[in-house]
Amino acid sequence: MKKRQFYNKNYLEYVKGISPKTNEKRSLFRAFIVGGFICCIGQAVRYALEGIFQLKGDELSAYVSLVMIFLGAFLTGLGVYDRIGKFAGGGSIVPITGFANSVVSPAMEFKTEGYIYGTAAKMFIVAGPIIVFGVAGSVLVGLVYYVGYMIF
Amino acid sequence: MVLEIILTFLKAFAVGGAICLIAQLLINYTKITSGKILVIFLLSGLVLQAFGVYQFIVDFAGAGATVPISGFGYLLAKGAMEGAKESLFKAITGGITAAGMGITAAIVFGYIFAVIFHSRSKKN
Repeated sequence: MKKRQFYNKNYLEYVKGISPKTNEKRSLFRAFIVGGFICCIGQAVRYALEGIFQLKGDELSAYVSLVMIFLGAFLTGLGVYDRIGKFAGGGSIVPITGFANSVVSPAMEFKTEGYIYGTAAKMFIVAGPIIVFGVAGSVLVGLVYYVGYMIF
Repeated sequence: MVLEIILTFLKAFAVGGAICLIAQLLINYTKITSGKILVIFLLSGLVLQAFGVYQFIVDFAGAGATVPISGFGYLLAKGAMEGAKESLFKAITGGITAAGMGITAAIVFGYIFAVIFHSRSKKN
């Protein structure tokens, strides 16, 4: 009995040593680095579009998100983005490129079910809720502000 | 000028990285899936902008605040708030008008690349 406990203890220590806690700090660091790096790419795209096409204000930021979504969708298609995702975790999910990834990834996966009920429908598995909550939230904000401007 | 650009990149890196770090904290210490994390960050950007807070983060960090999905929520709220100044119609459509480019790009590029490329996970 004693011997058995001894082995269990060893095994538990072995399990502890191998996985979670050491990886947690590293995953935070990786998310920070990759997320920051993707935002820097966005900033570089911003400077480039500003310099080349003389864009300004809302138009400029709209084209920046266009380019970032293009990059995210393209890299997902090539299979590169999923590798970045394995490395970066949250660092690759939260940027807008991760939104593009969440559109393309299931769309490719379910292509075998056809181009309508497979690709076109499954595109919105993750993006659907984002659009639903985003649009509903913006309408709510708009109505509250409209009523606010009417009263005050 | 050069110093200013370097500083802008540093700010974008720090704030963008910090937002992603918060997401990673949620992944590590709760059981929230990535789809829910995207919705949470979108809504927090939207709510923060509804109270006028996110604009300060955007002014400070530039792409560091607009590239994360919370910047998408910021854009939706900002469009609705600006539309509300003009008419009821623009109060309702303002959000999706402002975010129109992002949604359109995601749908069009998403569909095109999904048709062109094949899923790799099955081959490996």
